[in-house]
Parts: sequence; C-alpha cells; structure tokens
Amino acid sequence: MGMQQKNIAVSRRTFLASSVTAGLVMSFGTLLPGCSREQAATDIAAGGASRVFSPAVWFEIDGNGSVLINIAKAEMGQHVGTALARIVADELGADWDRVKIKHVDSDPKWGYMVTGGSWSVFTSFAMLSRAGAAGRTVLLDAGAKLLGVDASDCTAEAGQVVAGDQSVSFADIVAKGDISRSFSDEELAAMPIKPAAARRLIGKNTTALDVPEKSQGEAVYGLDAELPDMVYAHPLIPPTRYGSTIRSIDDSAAKDIPGYLQTLTIKDPSNVIQGWGMVVAESFPAAMKSAAAVKVDWEAGPTADVSEAEIFAEGARLAADSASGVLVVDDGDVAAARANAASTHTATYRTGTALHFTLEPQNALVEFADGVCHIHSGNQWQSLILPFLANALEIPESDIVIHQYYLGGGFGRRLFGDQMIPAALAARELGRPVKLIFQRAEDSRFDCVRSPSVAKFDASFDADGSLTGIEHAAAAGWPTLSMAPGFLADGVDGNGKFDTFSISGADHWYTLPNHRVRAINNDLAQRTFLPGWLRSVGPGWIGWGVESFIDEVAAQAGEDPIEFRLARLDAAGKNAGSEPNSVGGASRLAAVLEDVRKRADWGRSLPDGEGYGVAVAHGQERNMPTWVACIAHVAVDAQSKAITVKKIWQSIDCGTAVHPDGAMAQAEGATLWGVSLALHEGTTIEQGQVKDNNLNTYTPLRMADVPELDIRFMDRTEFPTGLGEPPLIPVAPAIGNAVFAASGIRVRDLPIRL
Amino acid sequence: MIEFEINGKSVTTDSDPETPLLWVIRDELKLKGTKYSCGIAMCGACTVHLDGTATRSCVVPVSVAAGRSVTTIEGLDSDAGQALQNAWVAEQVPQCGYCQSGQIMQAAYLLSANANPSDDDIDKAMNGNVCRCMAYTRIRKAIKAAANAKEV
Repeated sequence: MGMQQKNIAVSRRTFLASSVTAGLVMSFGTLLPGCSREQAATDIAAGGASRVFSPAVWFEIDGNGSVLINIAKAEMGQHVGTALARIVADELGADWDRVKIKHVDSDPKWGYMVTGGSWSVFTSFAMLSRAGAAGRTVLLDAGAKLLGVDASDCTAEAGQVVAGDQSVSFADIVAKGDISRSFSDEELAAMPIKPAAARRLIGKNTTALDVPEKSQGEAVYGLDAELPDMVYAHPLIPPTRYGSTIRSIDDSAAKDIPGYLQTLTIKDPSNVIQGWGMVVAESFPAAMKSAAAVKVDWEAGPTADVSEAEIFAEGARLAADSASGVLVVDDGDVAAARANAASTHTATYRTGTALHFTLEPQNALVEFADGVCHIHSGNQWQSLILPFLANALEIPESDIVIHQYYLGGGFGRRLFGDQMIPAALAARELGRPVKLIFQRAEDSRFDCVRSPSVAKFDASFDADGSLTGIEHAAAAGWPTLSMAPGFLADGVDGNGKFDTFSISGADHWYTLPNHRVRAINNDLAQRTFLPGWLRSVGPGWIGWGVESFIDEVAAQAGEDPIEFRLARLDAAGKNAGSEPNSVGGASRLAAVLEDVRKRADWGRSLPDGEGYGVAVAHGQERNMPTWVACIAHVAVDAQSKAITVKKIWQSIDCGTAVHPDGAMAQAEGATLWGVSLALHEGTTIEQGQVKDNNLNTYTPLRMADVPELDIRFMDRTEFPTGLGEPPLIPVAPAIGNAVFAASGIRVRDLPIRL
Repeated sequence: MIEFEINGKSVTTDSDPETPLLWVIRDELKLKGTKYSCGIAMCGACTVHLDGTATRSCVVPVSVAAGRSVTTIEGLDSDAGQALQNAWVAEQVPQCGYCQSGQIMQAAYLLSANANPSDDDIDKAMNGNVCRCMAYTRIRKAIKAAANAKEV
C-alpha cells in the first residue's frame, strides 16, 4: 500500500452511531494497516507502525443539539481545533454556533498522538470528513422518518434536517429518532464527501475558537495549572547534556531562605535526564532564590569543551568524504557527470545553532493519585514521551495520563516532553504534587536546539555551460536518531538509515538528469547536545543551501534565476506528482513561482544597493507538498553593510485552505520566522552548551524590524496539505539571493552576517 | 505586610518584599492572565499597569507596589482596553496567545498616552514586547483599529 493512499484512506474501520445516554456519539474504530514503511515521516503522521487504536476520533451531539468535537491535536497558535472542527461540522451539516471543542488527554483511545510536521489537517481531513458524512447520513435517515419523507429528499444544514418547507432539528432527532447504526469499512470508505462547491464552512473564515479567551487573559496554559498541596521545583542543569555527574551538593546557603525545602538528585532509569539536581520550595520565588544559593559540584561530561567551530569542522570533514552518509537520492550518474564535466562549481552552506525560545518556558505539574501518574503540561507528541516516562518511572504506560493545556508556543520544542520526567520522579519521591518550572536560562540550556549544519554542493556543467548534475551532502545532528530512532528511514541503496527530518527538502522537484544526495549524521553534534525539530525542521535549513546554490548555478550559467528554475520545474518523470496529495506535481510549484514573479514585478529597475531574490519550497515532505514561492526585496547599505528587508511576497498553494484566515496567520508568522532566522536570531555552542540563553543576547525579530508582507494563497480545492511551516522555508534563501543581487556578496552562512 | 490595590480591590501579602510582583499576582492572587517568560523585563509578557504605567512585573519587587494601584489583563476595563480586546478578536491577533496579555496591556498604555498613534509610534511603543509566533502585523493593525474605534 502506497504512503499516499495510507494517509488518506479509511481502512478497516468500523463506524458506530448509537444512542448513548442522552446523546449521539460518533466514533471510529481502526486498526492501522500493517504497511511496509516507505517513509518514516509519513509513518509518524499516520500514527506509527501497526499501532492499534480505537476509536481514533469522535464527536457527540447532545439532546440540546450541541455538537462536541474532541480534538487530539495540540493548540499552539495554529487554531487547529477550529480547522478540524470545521471539517467535521461542514460534512455533518452542523450549526457552527452550536459546535464546541475539547482538547483531550492522552487516553490510548485517541490513537497515536502527535502534533507537528504541519500534518494535522493533512492527516485528519479524510477521516474527519467521513466521520461528519457518516453522522449526516444517520441524521438524514432518522430525520426523514420523523418528517415522514424520503431521506433522499432531505438535506442537513445548520443543525436541521430539511425537506422542502419542513424541518427537524438535530436536537429533536437525537431525542426522538432512531439513531442506532453501524457502518462497514466499505460503506465508510464510500461515504459521500461534499464537492468543494457545496462546502459551507471549509474555505470560509470564522473567529477561531481560541482567540476570544486569548484576548481576555483567560486561556489556561500548562504554566497556569495548580493542584492543592503542590510544591515548586527548579532545575539544576549540569554542564553537559550527557555524562555529567554530581559529586556533591552544598545547600547550606539555601537553608535560611524562607520556603526552601530540599535539593534532590535526580536518578532517571530512562537516561534522558543525566546529572540533574532539583531545588524544591514552597513557592517559585523561593525556588529561584534557593537555586541561586545551592552549590553543585559536577563532574562534567565528555563534551564540556566542544564548540560550534569544532562541530562545523567535523561537518565539513564528513561532507567532503564521499564515502560518508546514507544515500537519499541517486538519480542518473553524478560521478559520470562530474567526470565528463567541462566545468564545475562547489559551495558549502552552513546554518548555526538556533533556539526554540517558546515564550512559555518548559514546565510540568505532576501528581500521583490512586496509582496513576497525572501530568499537566502542554505537549505536541504524547505518544513519543509516554514510553520514556514509563521507563523512567518503571510503571506501565497505562498508568500515566498527560492532561493537555494550551501551549505557549510549540515550534517543535514541545514534541519532546522531557521536562515531564524529572517532575514525575520528584513527585513520586516527595509524595506530593510537584510543579517544575524552568527559568529562561535553564529553558535555553535544556533546549533541543536546531543543530548546526554543513551542506556541500558540487555542480557539473557541460561544454555549453548547461547544468548536468548536482551532488549534495548535508551533515547535522539528527533529532530522530536520539528521540525516535524507530522512525529512521532506509537509504535508497539499502545501506544504512537516515533521518528524513534532517534531509527532507534535498529531494526537491527540479528535474535534474544526475542528482545525488547524502544525509550525514554529525556525531560530534549528536554527542554534545540533543538535536531538536525546530519549526520547518530539515527543509528549514536544507532549503537554505538548495535554493541559494540553485541561484549560484543560475548565475554561473548566466541565466535569470526564475527562468532557470522554471526550466527545471517541468513536472516530468518523478516530478509529475500524483493524486491526490501532489496532483500536478512541479507544475504547481511553477505556477506559484510565476504568480509571485508577476505580483512582485520581478525585473523592474531598482536603486543601487537594492535587489530582489527568489526562492521556492515544497513544504515539509515530497508526499505532502505545499507549494511556496517567495521574493524578497532587500537593501544593503554600501558603507555599513546593514541589511534591510523592505518587502516579502509569497505565493502559496496548499490545496484547500480549510480556515483561510488561520492559514494566512500561519503564513505571516512563518514568513517572519524566516526573516528572524535569516537575520536576527541565532546562537552558538560554546563549552558544550548554548552561548545565548535569554533576550539580552538572543535576539528574535521584533516589531520595528517587520518588513512589508504581501502573501497570497492560490485559489485551489485540491487535497489540503500542511501550512504551519512551509512558508518559512524559502525566506532565508530569498533574502540571501537578494543580498547577492543588491551587493554582489554571496552569503553562505545562516544567520547572515555581512 | 504589603498592601496595594489590584483591579480595584485592596489586597495584602506577607511575601518577602523582594518577591517580584509577577509571582504575587500569579501565585498568591491567582490572576494567571499575566505571564512569566524571560524574567529580565525584555519580552513584555508580564506587563501590568502600576498607577496606570506599563510595568514589567517580573522585575518589580512587590514592595514597590505598596500603597499603589495595579491593573492586570483581568481588570482592564478602560474604554481603550475594551476597544483593544475587541480589535484583538476582530483582527484575529493571537496565535499561541501567551504574549497577548502583555501586548494588550502595553498597547492600552500607549493609547492612554497617544490616542491616535502612527505606525512609527506603535513600533516604538511595542518594540519591547516579543511575540514568538510573530503576529506583529496583526498587533499593529489591531492597535490602529482600536484607536479608530475609540475615536468614533
């Protein structure tokens, strides 16, 4: 079974619509097909390998006609609950004003729980559409009976079943109708889904359900959770992520601090938390003060002297070694193209360490009650951390519940709930609820940062100066290797495994006769820190090299950067795309590129010291393409070399945009993240740790530096793909290419510093 | 014991006078709308009004509030405040929302001093407030919308 089918097919499901208590409960049961794993990223999105879960999703309608839709995805700013509920409600024919949502806990009945990869709408759309459609079918049949008409003469709209001038409300149907019904897999798979033209909610704007309370200070985040009798804990983080041990703790200076209770040494059987101490106090201010007073003598781990420069040097050494890494793409014969080349061009691109810096610092509140470990904390990937927690606590996963809250920023940091582990160990040791809160510096030091990366590109040209081949080798720390090694993918030649999240984007949609990509793990990075998934993940830094180097090659060939790209976006062969996710293939990328070219008036004459740069991206994965084209207008000051981004245009095709204004908000934020990572924020590894740990020296974009934005979504109705991350990807290379156009300076390091 | 007013009500605390006002507001008075983030007055998530002036509560000792009046997002009932909160919904400003209490409190202080701010005024007044989701263009738009709504 192909991965694309797997993503959207409804297989081996049973659907039940039955009268339970006073309401209509719609649920799915599913056993994920045991497919061969074609691509790890798709597997995570689809729910992991052959994990059984039932039901996967459900909603209920009560006797008053209120529709409650359960949301198993984390709300971290993408208004995901609104988008997912709109999919159900549209098919159901619900009255949107009567729809409520609930963010659920980690009960196994919700299935595999992950919110990331820009997957939520993409992986939920077919399932939720069919859930809504099945519910509509039940309501239409039962409503028709109550009205004494034929179901085929009825429609469901705005919470009513309507036949001519008669109608009956969902509330009355639930109260009085016959709503016992089950659906076979085949019936469910054949469930009629509305054509795009019939949609009433999808594709229309609404007030996102989380916005009003977030505008009143009423939204509850993990940090806001409290329990009676809880104590506060503050981490004492060792000098290295791995291998540090505590020789001694001297808390004599803390003993006079009112509220100080004790300092714990954390022993974690799961080995995620190494060398930690933790201060416990009656209040968080007392915990902060005590943490500053407690002296810990650590035996530092083996990476205590490692620097960013050494990690870069190791990455460069690996990238230059043609025997290193795992083959990800091997089209044509790159070696022959190189041997026959009339000329060649080589360049190395690097990206530095970047922090997640979620404004809500890491935190977790843990209580053991009736033998169950209750964890209160906002989290993106419950199914990833639960096994670690079970190992750490040496209890079954079934005895652990993660209660969900609003996330004060996710951006990939909350994919790994590692902060839950020390909080849980302490809560059990103390026999009291423990609320662990990180101060900002500790949050940064314990971050799973975006790894420094090194990418080497070698291009070959024939005697006419035409591009004949590109070899691309990219070395970095691999998040998936440390946190989810079961999701590593096999190399295309069967040799070795690689992290798709650290190479995706290299498998781009340009047609190249000879193309070879090697993914390389930088072991020094891997040993020094925990590499993380940062918003836009692999493509966020892979794209920097790919789209800057394409520009270099176009310049080498003396061609216009957009014409050069369009010539290779011919949708031929493997770039033709396929139904439904990538239908149209590279032609859709060409279409957004042509659109942005026109809107930005590409080629117009600009003053000296100003330039336009272009870049494209296909989103997070080839099998979930979101087509993005970006043009940046940049000025470079001749004396100071200061870079000003004057304007950014983006043209985006994500298929159907379920909640267009939410999609636009994501695109705006992602675009500005791109600017920030290109020009404003970044840190380095010094002495085994991140050098910058607060806003005094870590400097993300602020309001005064926001450029003019002109973002357009193409009017499309194809299958919806992902959105939270893709618009970030082309921004940095578009800026870098614009810097070249404005100044003649080719920048190859991110963040850009002239 | 330190006595001050918060959102129009008189309160007392026995906390150490050096305790940052933020933690008294959040953990003693249970007003959780005011947020902790950087702890060094550089992100603005903890912004409250102290006698009407936007103040970073994460670095202000509670003793500074003695005898004075504190307003938090929960008590922001000025016309400008209401207009801002309405505009925040109308313009769909918040994403993760964590910084937004502080953004709104900072914007309310701006409008109390400058009823009709230009883009430049807004940038200057709001540059100390970080939005990690980078909803900056909507924040700017909502402040202008609120200023216009207040004029009508």
